[in-house]
Amino acid sequence: MSKNKKMTIVLLILVVLIAIVPLFALKGAEFGGSDDAGSEMVEEITGEYEPWFEPVLETVLGDELPGEVESLLFCIQTGIGVGVIAFLMGRFVERKKWVEN
Amino acid sequence: MNKKQQKAVKASIALAVLFAVAPAANAMHIMEGYLPVGYCIAWGAVCLPFLVAGIFSMKKKLSENRRSITLLAMAGAFIFVISSLKIPSVTGSCSHMTGTGLGAILFGPAATSILGLIVLVFQAILLAHGGLTTLGANTFSMAIAGPLLSFGVFKFCDKLNVNRKVAIFLAVFLGDMFTYCVTSIQLALAYPSEAGGAAASAVKFLGVFAPTQLPLAVIEGIVTVLIMTALSSYAKPELKAIGFLKEAKGHE
Repeated sequence: MSKNKKMTIVLLILVVLIAIVPLFALKGAEFGGSDDAGSEMVEEITGEYEPWFEPVLETVLGDELPGEVESLLFCIQTGIGVGVIAFLMGRFVERKKWVEN
Repeated sequence: MNKKQQKAVKASIALAVLFAVAPAANAMHIMEGYLPVGYCIAWGAVCLPFLVAGIFSMKKKLSENRRSITLLAMAGAFIFVISSLKIPSVTGSCSHMTGTGLGAILFGPAATSILGLIVLVFQAILLAHGGLTTLGANTFSMAIAGPLLSFGVFKFCDKLNVNRKVAIFLAVFLGDMFTYCVTSIQLALAYPSEAGGAAASAVKFLGVFAPTQLPLAVIEGIVTVLIMTALSSYAKPELKAIGFLKEAKGHE
């Protein structure tokens, strides 16, 4: 196995571990967003705080974006990105094969 | 940059100074509506020169070599992916990474600011994540300050002949952390504590963001190293085209 391959595998395992371990180590934790935690801190400092502007989409909908739909949109974002990267990477890999042979 | 472009950059700097100085007596994503109007405008204005310079730098890179568009798309897509992944962290809350380090290392901070802005607009409009009013402040922290530091760290390591992979990791890791430091300071400036003022607030906000972000910054560093390793073995012609790889140096 090449040096790069070994390194890649070790690092990927490390990434997965870093991401997963907190989930098991901190059972029962809420895992809310840290953006929300920041907003709570604002309230702690200023007392009551009323955001003066609502997200555009929520204004149009007149309600908060449903959680499932939000995860759909996040998935679309990931999907667009992965699609572009995979397409280009595939081209690069194939090209190398053809150029070398 | 030609004369006309220099003029445009200068004009935008002048505008930035004008707006940024105005509320000076008084700021990963800051939520919609959570920054006072003055700060929203000020941070937006501060971003302007970087964005203008970014458009020119992108144009220049693309006109020098059309091939670099693939890497540019890759850097943009990388931000899309990385900033959409919310990952649980040791503090029991979730956060996500910035993904702007790769762009900064490949194309420099100016071009990266445009890529970051695109992602932030997408998230602000569709995901109610971040916000249009706080777009300026978020752009500054995620798409300007972070990449700027990443770029600096990478260049510095390069000078000292640090191993490329280590250099990439350090640059991305520090850039990600710096983004959240800047966010903390932005919030602190807008919400100084009664006792201790903005500095006390900055410590409080850092206390929220920094421990959460630390492991995620490590992940971002590792992932960026991996994609750069892949690129430097499969996309050598492109990396040479943007001047990332020197002709004689071979890979790594």
